[in-house]
This record gives sequence, C-alpha cells and structure tokens, in this order.
Amino acid sequence: MEMIIENELVKELANKHGRTRESLIPILQDMVVHNRYLSRQDMVDVARELDISAADVYGTATFYTFLDTEVRGKYVIRICKTISCAMKGKNDILSTIEDILKMRLGETTPDRKFSLLEANCIGWCHKAPAMLINDTPYTELTPEKVTEILREYIKK
Amino acid sequence: MNNKHVKRVDLIFEKVECRDTMKKIMNMEPDDICQEVLESDLKGRGGAGFPTGLKWKYTSLEKESVKYIVCNADEGEPGTFKDREILDQVPEKVFCGMAIAGRAVGAKIGYVYLRGEYKFMIPKLNEHLDRFHKLMDEYNHNFRIYIRLGSGAYICGEESALFESIEGKRGEPRNKPPYPTASGLFGKPTAINNVETLVHTVMIMKYGASQFKELGTKDSRGSKVFSVSGDTPKAGIYELELGMSVDEFVDEFGDGDTKAVQVGGASGFCVPRKKFDETIIGFEGVPTGGSMKLFNSTRSMYNVLHNYLDFFTEESCGQCTPCRVGCQQLLKGVEAVKRGDKNSKYLDELVKLAKTMKRASKCGLGQSVGNSFGSIVENFKEEIIY
Repeated sequence: MEMIIENELVKELANKHGRTRESLIPILQDMVVHNRYLSRQDMVDVARELDISAADVYGTATFYTFLDTEVRGKYVIRICKTISCAMKGKNDILSTIEDILKMRLGETTPDRKFSLLEANCIGWCHKAPAMLINDTPYTELTPEKVTEILREYIKK
Repeated sequence: MNNKHVKRVDLIFEKVECRDTMKKIMNMEPDDICQEVLESDLKGRGGAGFPTGLKWKYTSLEKESVKYIVCNADEGEPGTFKDREILDQVPEKVFCGMAIAGRAVGAKIGYVYLRGEYKFMIPKLNEHLDRFHKLMDEYNHNFRIYIRLGSGAYICGEESALFESIEGKRGEPRNKPPYPTASGLFGKPTAINNVETLVHTVMIMKYGASQFKELGTKDSRGSKVFSVSGDTPKAGIYELELGMSVDEFVDEFGDGDTKAVQVGGASGFCVPRKKFDETIIGFEGVPTGGSMKLFNSTRSMYNVLHNYLDFFTEESCGQCTPCRVGCQQLLKGVEAVKRGDKNSKYLDELVKLAKTMKRASKCGLGQSVGNSFGSIVENFKEEIIY
C-alpha cells in the first residue's frame, strides 16, 4: 500500500478556506506565505485534499506570477520594471541590490534568505522607483535608501 | 490650480456618512436606483466606459435568485494607482457603492478582487468591512462582502478572467457573449464595477444625477480621478473635471518640455505634442482609466514602446494565438528594426499585425496592444528606427 504522509499545512489551510475549487487560490496563496514557494509535493497534496487533479493545481499555480513554483528566499524582492520606474532609475536600484546581496536578478541566495526578481507595474508610479519585499512596498528608492532598507533585512 | 480649464474636484475623497446613504437607498425601489444612475450618464471608470446604469439595469432584469456584485480592484494598468488611494482613504464608500449596486440589482453577495500587490492593505480593509457589515445588519440589508486577492496577473483585471480567478482557476478570459450581466461569477448574473465607479454611485445617490451631470461634457459626464506620473513635477492623484484637452493637462502638469502624453496606460494612446491641442481626454477623444504619463524630450519613445511590448508579452495569458504570438512578434519586430536587421518598411507590417490582433484577439488585452503600438510608431517613427 502506498504510504501517504499527511501534509499538516495543507490540511490546516483546507480547513480554513474550504475544499471547493474556489478555495484553491487562497490555499496556494497561504502556502506561499508559509514556504515562500510551492513544491511539487505540496501541489500534489493540495490536489489530493481538494480531490482535483494535480495538473489542475499546477496549471493554476503556474499561471500566477506570485504563486512561485521555484524555490524562493524568505524575503522576495520584486523591483518594478515598468516604464515610470524604468525612467526613474530602476536599474541603479537593481545593481545596488545585486552588489549588496552579491546576487543577480532571478537568483536566490544560497542561504535562502533573499530572492531578487522583477515585477510588472506594482502601482506606485508617482513614487518611482518602487519595489516590494514580500508584501511591503518601498517607494521613491535611491541607492542610499535601498542600502538602508536591505541592511535592516540582513539583520533579521 | 490656476488653469481655468483644469478644475480640481473633491467628490471621490469627500467623507460621506454611509449610514445616511444606506438609509436613503433602503427606502428606494431598486428600479429607481438603476434609473437615477442611468440618468447620471455615469460611465465605468476602469477604462472601458460602459454605462453603469445599463449594467445594473441588465443585471436587475435577470430572473436568477443568486446574483453577484464584484468590485474590480485589480488595477494593473501601468500608470494607474488611484484605486489603491480610494480604497485607502474612503473604503467605506466603496463598500457602500457595492451595497447600493446590490440593492439595485438584487444581489446579496459582493466580492472585492484586490490585486496581490496591494495585499498590505488587507488588515485595514477588513476592519472597515467589519464596521460595514454591522451597518448592513442595522438596516436589515442582507448583503455581505468578501475580499479575494489576486496573485500578480494583469489579465485578471479583465472582468471574465477575474471571475475565473475568483472561481479558483487560471485567469483566462471567457468568450463573450454571454456578458457578465447574464452569466458572470459562478455563471450567475453579475454587476462588475471599478472601485471609482462604485464611489461615484454613492455621490450620485447623495447629490442626485442632475448635479453629477453639471460637471464634464455630454460624452464624459462628471469628474475622474487621474494618476499622474512620468516627467512631471506634480506626480500624484488628482480628481479633475472631465473634458479638458491634453494641452490644458500639460499646461498644468508638464515640466515645460513635454513631448508626449500616454493616455490610458500601456493599452492606451500616445498623444504627441502637435496633437495636444485637438485631443480631448474623455470618451469623445482618448479615454483613460486614469493613467496619465508624461514624457519629456530626453526620453526615447523606442524605450517606452519596448517597455510596453515587454509588459504585454509577459502579461498575455497565452490562451489565444493572435495575442500570444502577436505580442512576441511585435517585440521581436521593433528590436529587429532598431538593430537594422529589418528596414523601416517592416514597421508597416508590424502595424498591420497590431490591427489584426485588434480584430482577432479574444479579450481587451490583445485588442488594445495596437493602441499604444500604432500611436507611438505613427508619431515617433524616426525614434523607433534610428
């Protein structure tokens, strides 16, 4: 008989959000909050819990940028790359972060503390350039300001 | 503001006692609410500009027992950030607008679909929502609102994609018809409105349709919240009377060196300096969901266009071929022209492709890529080529 190891988090989130199809995205969103990304096993476990196919879960998860299916760090930095931010020095901010964290765009640090990604317009064009670290927006960034912000996160 | 043609308005952010509004609408017949909104000529503030009263009327006429109100707070159009400000400053008015819509069409459940980028707003919104539900109980108005979060997909601002997303699926737009008023969320009749539109209905209920119509023009009644960004000393959020020309707008918000204004975001139109005077911002000219981006002479319009195409290529849901492949080919195409691998005539081919996308794409995303593409290429051809 196949051994099924209970995924406690999936159970808990299904209890909270329900087991119907419309519960799927809230469950996946909360799983990303907990684990920073959705592993293959997690997606299979969610499928089993909701009694839908794993392909449906995978198909849904991979549609949404914020439902990461690759390993991400504890702090996911998303720098806005859309026009207003691009015009107001987004590239300087990006290279400052790359220098400080010694990583490139798209990477996750080996200690899994930071991931560095770009995002499409995050809605702070009047205070460009802007970025999100997990859910928190940071605006009107300068190389000095972003250095200060990262220093705080490195300490955490 | 000194410019007499750019008139500041303060209706959207005006504090309103929702208790009074609720009291008033609970004593009104649903049909009369629809009628009042119809008479105001209010058009949707998300960008598409469908008459709100008609939307409500159609939904109200459906004979289903379950109907929904959806507040579209997935503002993702580059250059738009007004809905966040509205939800931050006057959330109770947004909820109140949903309750009015619910009363008008006979819906008992509302959803707010908030973009994932605004997740940080949830705790505060929930506090306001609790208070709002208590108010609903006081008036025995059986209306409940749920907040759903997006997860970083621009396409989910498209109404049918948004429904799919709330239903727990990939945010792929549906074929239309049927329209949401007949078959929307969970296949039920649904009135889906933009955040700002809903707040306007609160003000129409408070002051009446005739007062709403005193502002604006025949085709664009009332005021509108604009999100101003780019090369401007006054970036920010402004509620202005509709009907001004781009010229008047630039007088007020430009930095003295404005060469183009992108009206309506990446899916909107680029207006060059020589057309500022003749172009009205509104449904009779260039419509906008609020996004106004100013570019001065230091900016390369090739970079602007490239940025937009990169955006669309990533955000196209990929479901229909004209949009999926079209976006990629437009992006590759302008890059090839810039490199010199293709001659300037190739741009005409690309404009044709954008026109085909307008006719053949399934939803508003693919249909509107040609707006910015066509208007930038037409007006700044030399910047794209050289």
